[in-house]
Amino acid sequence: MVSAVMSGGGGHVGALRSFLKKVVQFVIVLATTLLGLVAVTFFIGRVVPIDPVIAIVGDRASPQVYERVRQELGLDLPLIQQFWIYLKKAVTGDFGNSVLTTNPVLTDIANAFPATLELATLGTLIGVIVGIPLGVLAAVKRGSFIDQFVRVLGLAGYSIPIFWLGLMGLLLFYAKLGWVAGPGRIDVTYSYLYTPVTNIVLLDTAMQGQWDAFWDAVSHIILPACLLGYFSLAYISRMTRSFMLNELAQEYVIAARVKGLSEARVIWRHALRNAAVPLITVIALSYANLLEGSVLTETVFAWPGLGQYITNSLQNADMNAVLGGTLVIGAAFVLLNLVSDLLYRLLDPRTR
Amino acid sequence: MAMKRLPKFLLSAALVATMATSFSAVMAATPPDTLVQAWQSDDIISLDPAEVFEFSASEIMGNTYERLVAYDVKDVSKIYGQVAESWTVSPDGKTYTFKLKPNRKFASGNPITAEDVVYSLHRAVSLDKSPAFILGQFGFTKDNVKDKIKQTGPLELTVEVDKPYAPTLVLYCLGNSVASIVDKKLLVQNEKDGDWGYNWLKTKYAGSGPYIMRDWKANEVLVLERNPNYEKKTPLARVIFRHIKETASQRLLLEKGDIDVARNLNPEEITAVSKNQDIKIASAPKGTVYYLGLNQKNPNLAKPEVRQALKYLVDYQAIADTIMKYKGDVHQNFLPKGFLGAETNNPYKLDVAKAKELLAKAGLKDGFSVTMDTRSTSEIMGIAQAMQATFAQAGIKLEILPMDSKQALTKYRARQQDIYIGNWGSDYQDPNSNADTFAANDDNSDNAKAKPLAWRNAWDPGPLTAKTRAAVMERDAEKRAQTYKELQKSVLDDGPFVIFLQQTEVAAVRKNVDNFVLGPSFSDNDVSQAKKN
Repeated sequence: MVSAVMSGGGGHVGALRSFLKKVVQFVIVLATTLLGLVAVTFFIGRVVPIDPVIAIVGDRASPQVYERVRQELGLDLPLIQQFWIYLKKAVTGDFGNSVLTTNPVLTDIANAFPATLELATLGTLIGVIVGIPLGVLAAVKRGSFIDQFVRVLGLAGYSIPIFWLGLMGLLLFYAKLGWVAGPGRIDVTYSYLYTPVTNIVLLDTAMQGQWDAFWDAVSHIILPACLLGYFSLAYISRMTRSFMLNELAQEYVIAARVKGLSEARVIWRHALRNAAVPLITVIALSYANLLEGSVLTETVFAWPGLGQYITNSLQNADMNAVLGGTLVIGAAFVLLNLVSDLLYRLLDPRTR
Repeated sequence: MAMKRLPKFLLSAALVATMATSFSAVMAATPPDTLVQAWQSDDIISLDPAEVFEFSASEIMGNTYERLVAYDVKDVSKIYGQVAESWTVSPDGKTYTFKLKPNRKFASGNPITAEDVVYSLHRAVSLDKSPAFILGQFGFTKDNVKDKIKQTGPLELTVEVDKPYAPTLVLYCLGNSVASIVDKKLLVQNEKDGDWGYNWLKTKYAGSGPYIMRDWKANEVLVLERNPNYEKKTPLARVIFRHIKETASQRLLLEKGDIDVARNLNPEEITAVSKNQDIKIASAPKGTVYYLGLNQKNPNLAKPEVRQALKYLVDYQAIADTIMKYKGDVHQNFLPKGFLGAETNNPYKLDVAKAKELLAKAGLKDGFSVTMDTRSTSEIMGIAQAMQATFAQAGIKLEILPMDSKQALTKYRARQQDIYIGNWGSDYQDPNSNADTFAANDDNSDNAKAKPLAWRNAWDPGPLTAKTRAAVMERDAEKRAQTYKELQKSVLDDGPFVIFLQQTEVAAVRKNVDNFVLGPSFSDNDVSQAKKN
């Protein structure tokens, strides 16, 4: 009895210690990842044969203006020194100003990131809600029509260019049928009816009781979100199917069936629960992919998110913005990995 | 106070009313007092008229600010006073005296005085941003501008240039957006550390034009609102520019009625929408020419016969009829149509036999290999590929090097290209703008101070430089035009430029929109009189 309590207490301390260790580990991973990311992007940005000064002064500036701006940007300093200055500022959250928007890069990202977050979150939700049941069904009815259907659906999701699908979606649901609103995040008529607080339009409009604006925003986001959701579900359903097939072949499933549990209970409560553990990672990865990979969707739908921000910046040699944007995405990637890692531990005691 | 608030109240009332109607409408429609345009406006980096030098922002300047003088977009030779009521030029041709219109106001309500005009010009010269050279070429510098541009009365000022230039040159430059009149009081309030209000004005507004720049979200939306203090009230209350990068999306929005004007459709899309009953096409020739620059550092391209041969190896008409359909007309001289002295003769056409003959004369009977730096936009790539095919017919192997526009420009400015394919828009409405860059090069050494297009192609135009310099002093317009005709002929015959097209700007506009004006330069694209039926 006593020893049990002791060992229980020791277990708690051990758990706490392991958790702290995990946190420290995470901070180190985050810091080194970001540092590596900054270094690589910074040097690539400086090595490419594009002159950022031209982005600012334009094609026709006099040599004096050109030289002055070059010095203002510190581009006359040695590369290593430039990097060091950049790092020192970046640590304090100062990523410099964007050439294109003239705002501090951090402000721009704070504006653009919520738009991407909103879209990717909704996309992932759709992917999870539709993808998991589909994957489970496909595994259970292996070889059946449903299974074939899910596999084709997944394959198509992989092979059809998102860009094309987006345009087709617009043509059909917006231009032809008029079910949804066109490109953009909210209609101009509504865009001045609410105050951006979180910059997540659905949230802002709902919190401020601007329901017409809210529904207009819904009508704008539904198509791009479904599109991203489709790509997400293509991946999630395929992985769910394979994890479930794996679980259904395990002995404990057979044991459960022998015990006389209902088939539904066996599948949804037992097998899926175990399959859920690796699925968490899949979902997190898919989410991260949507965050970084929504560039084309954002272009087709004129969605003012991070993807569009970075592409625009790249095209205009706006290196401060590119660096800042890349870092945010890098950080999101690392964070999502950590979250999935923690959930993994939580759900699967064996990994504790 | 109550009076001041009234228009705003009316605006919001109108807004609510339009919203109410838009719910019931099956077909999407923009509000009746608002013009909504879709355009690719990601080139905007500043809205300070002393800094603006990009196409999109120039257009905003044209609609929101005023200058001393302006010209008629239908006949650019007609210069009239905008803020100025009248002006005189001193007998020695160096001092311009402007009298301002009385009782004019800025959007802020502050009166427009000579003090504001003088401040605005001092500011543009002192800030010395990209377009400052347009004023700087008359000898103004940060140090002397206070003595050269002076207030001589509440509504009177003098501008003293360093040489007796052709008056039209001076006036066109004073009509350029860099010389826009800004509200001194407002800027002084927003000044920080002697920056002339620069950091504030980059995203804000201090003018007196037909519209007020109300809101700008980079890469998203730009909103203009009627200026209640403008002398002639605009028919529309608001003009909204939505940044829509995808041209296919622009087309969809237009056909659906969610926007009134699509600004960046490609030729196929224009053909398609022109069949739509509800849409009309507006177009105007622009002061922009498309050209090839042949770097004279390349020994083959430096041969006069090769330069000639390449001029015979472009299928001008085919390019204008297909890739650039609606977007340009064949044009081979460096002055765009509409400029003083512009030549409209196009002597070159695709003639492979003639080109082969010339190549043989240059000792390159079997042709040669050469590269072309090409911005990877579909338009420029298409033209480059067409040229690759026709060059090949004479044995010239053209390798296209596609790259980002900034990258191509960086190489070009360092004279590291063989051939550069690009376009050049005039900086102001005077012929000197293009003559100065195509036909003059004061110093062809690698570290020259000025780097005109002739320099970028390492071309020493010889006597043409002096002739270009002399042309700006000629006060007789007729004689001046004659000089530009001669300069164009010399460059056409022997210059390292294969000029092939003059740009036409096209917009697809819904039928119910009237008076949407596309002018000869981007700052002349005018929505101040646009209205909807």
